[in-house]
Amino acid sequence: MIRRYLRVLRLFWLVSFAAELEYRVNFIVAVITSLGGLVGSLFGLFLFYRNDYSFQGWSWEEALVVLGIFTILQGISATFLVPNLNKIVSYVQEGTLDFVLLKPISSQFWLSTHTISLWGLPDVLFGMIIVGYAGAQLGLAPSAYLAMLPPLALGVVSLYSLWFILGATSIWFVKIYNVTEVLRSLLEAGRFPIEGYPAAYRVFFTFIIPVAFLTTVPAQTMLNRSDPAWLVSAAILAAVLFQVSRWFWQFALRFYTSASS
Amino acid sequence: MPIIDVHQLTKSYPVAIREPGLKATLKHFFRRTYRQIEAVKQVSFSIEPGEVVGFLGPNGAGKTTTLKMLTGLIHPSAGQVSVAGHRPFARSPQFLNQITLVMGQKQQLIWDLPALDSLRINAAIYGLSDAEFRQRVGELAEMLSLQNQLNQPVRKLSLGERMKAEMLAALLHRPQILFLDEPTLGLDINAQVAVRSFLQDYNQKYGATVLLTSHYMADITALCDRVLVIHQGSLIYDGLLENLLDRFAPYREVTVEFARNQNHDQNQNHNQNHDQPISPETLKPFGDLKSLEGCKATFLVRTEALTQTVSKLLNSFTIQDLTITEPPIEDIIGKVFKTGQLS
Repeated sequence: MIRRYLRVLRLFWLVSFAAELEYRVNFIVAVITSLGGLVGSLFGLFLFYRNDYSFQGWSWEEALVVLGIFTILQGISATFLVPNLNKIVSYVQEGTLDFVLLKPISSQFWLSTHTISLWGLPDVLFGMIIVGYAGAQLGLAPSAYLAMLPPLALGVVSLYSLWFILGATSIWFVKIYNVTEVLRSLLEAGRFPIEGYPAAYRVFFTFIIPVAFLTTVPAQTMLNRSDPAWLVSAAILAAVLFQVSRWFWQFALRFYTSASS
Repeated sequence: MPIIDVHQLTKSYPVAIREPGLKATLKHFFRRTYRQIEAVKQVSFSIEPGEVVGFLGPNGAGKTTTLKMLTGLIHPSAGQVSVAGHRPFARSPQFLNQITLVMGQKQQLIWDLPALDSLRINAAIYGLSDAEFRQRVGELAEMLSLQNQLNQPVRKLSLGERMKAEMLAALLHRPQILFLDEPTLGLDINAQVAVRSFLQDYNQKYGATVLLTSHYMADITALCDRVLVIHQGSLIYDGLLENLLDRFAPYREVTVEFARNQNHDQNQNHNQNHDQPISPETLKPFGDLKSLEGCKATFLVRTEALTQTVSKLLNSFTIQDLTITEPPIEDIIGKVFKTGQLS
């Protein structure tokens, strides 16, 4: 069973890789866009720190780690999440979801994995460079980088689940492009350490839209000042959200009427 | 044991009703009123393994809705469906492995890539080994005469080739039950014939059951002995195609060619100008006017009224030529669709 899914996944990615390469210019554009975006956020962060201002308890280098993780996360979502989850809408609209539902394979798996886009890879690379640079300045041990990975992976799972739930609502509201945009804009908040926000926002970004778990928690783990409780709650959050996304998809499908011919 | 068993199948949708105009639009926004539309009403039938059954009905009759319930895409509002011993809506892998749905107006192949890439993904999804994959693609490609086109990007294929490639993708897992919704839509005559003969071959080779909708009667007459006719959601006929025609035998097609100069001597003829072309209104009383081109008119006339109509025509007009034929099957079906009942 798992072998079959892995085989399908490999083919999905090989095939969409081939499809992406049909358009070579896109990749160059993506590199330039992500460089531009990065320079913008570096400048923004620099403005805060220029006058000795700092986010509570975060030095310049430490805040850079958060920014780096944010950039990596952005790259991962542009590579794996955006191309798939933003397309659920058009599958519903055009009725091609029918084909997906008639395959003897989990439709959620199909919809969530069938393409990858190389566009996000420059972001992942630049994010790693920033984290590496900041880490070197702080004199972090290699194990610190590894410690960051589990909370980052949990963050990706949480992000995916939230996104998929929003995408699934297109079963009812066929035009939903904007909703996923709202989510994306909120996630922009993850660019800076969560302590940088007023208390009310902090509550919002931790418990309503769990932005804190996406970037701040991995950074704290990497800087070795994370409370294990945070890691445990990140794991619980990821598991709960993932389960909710599965349940919600099954629920939504009961309302699917399929576009008429 | 029937392979498809449908009992009292019903599907109703809530449809929001809205009057035109701004006021009604605002009202619609704040308080929506819904009406239940019965797309399929208490339809019952059963199909034996290996049968090829045509599913006929005008647009919006409920054909596609029924097919979607049979394939498990939508949930029936009431009634029971059993396909290959499964309840379709559960969409169990065992069920999905046995069926396929081909939709003439939707496509699953990836547009920018050769069909072979999409086929490979399908093979992996259905768990076929590489050897099985190669063997099946070879076999189906030969039946469809598609060997060379599978390596080209799908966007470069002609509509007919694309449809054949879609068929290949839909049949790779060798389903036992084929649901085909307008598989020949938009194809030229040659491509239609190719698809038809392929379906025939597939049915014979694998003993597969086929349920097919089409607006091209040629598809139905070539493939199906048995037809189901659905009209406004209700099944109005289930039986042999020839019997359907027999039941409509009371109709004959009467083609009349009027003389150019209608110098009939009728006393109180309001129409003084005899050279005026014959209008559909003047012909209406004589029967169901099917077409009127210049001086040539074609009627559908019931057999019992045939002699009466012909003599009435001969009395009323100067007629150059008159022929009586059996109407083509399209017209009979069209008649059924229009009236919604069998005589």
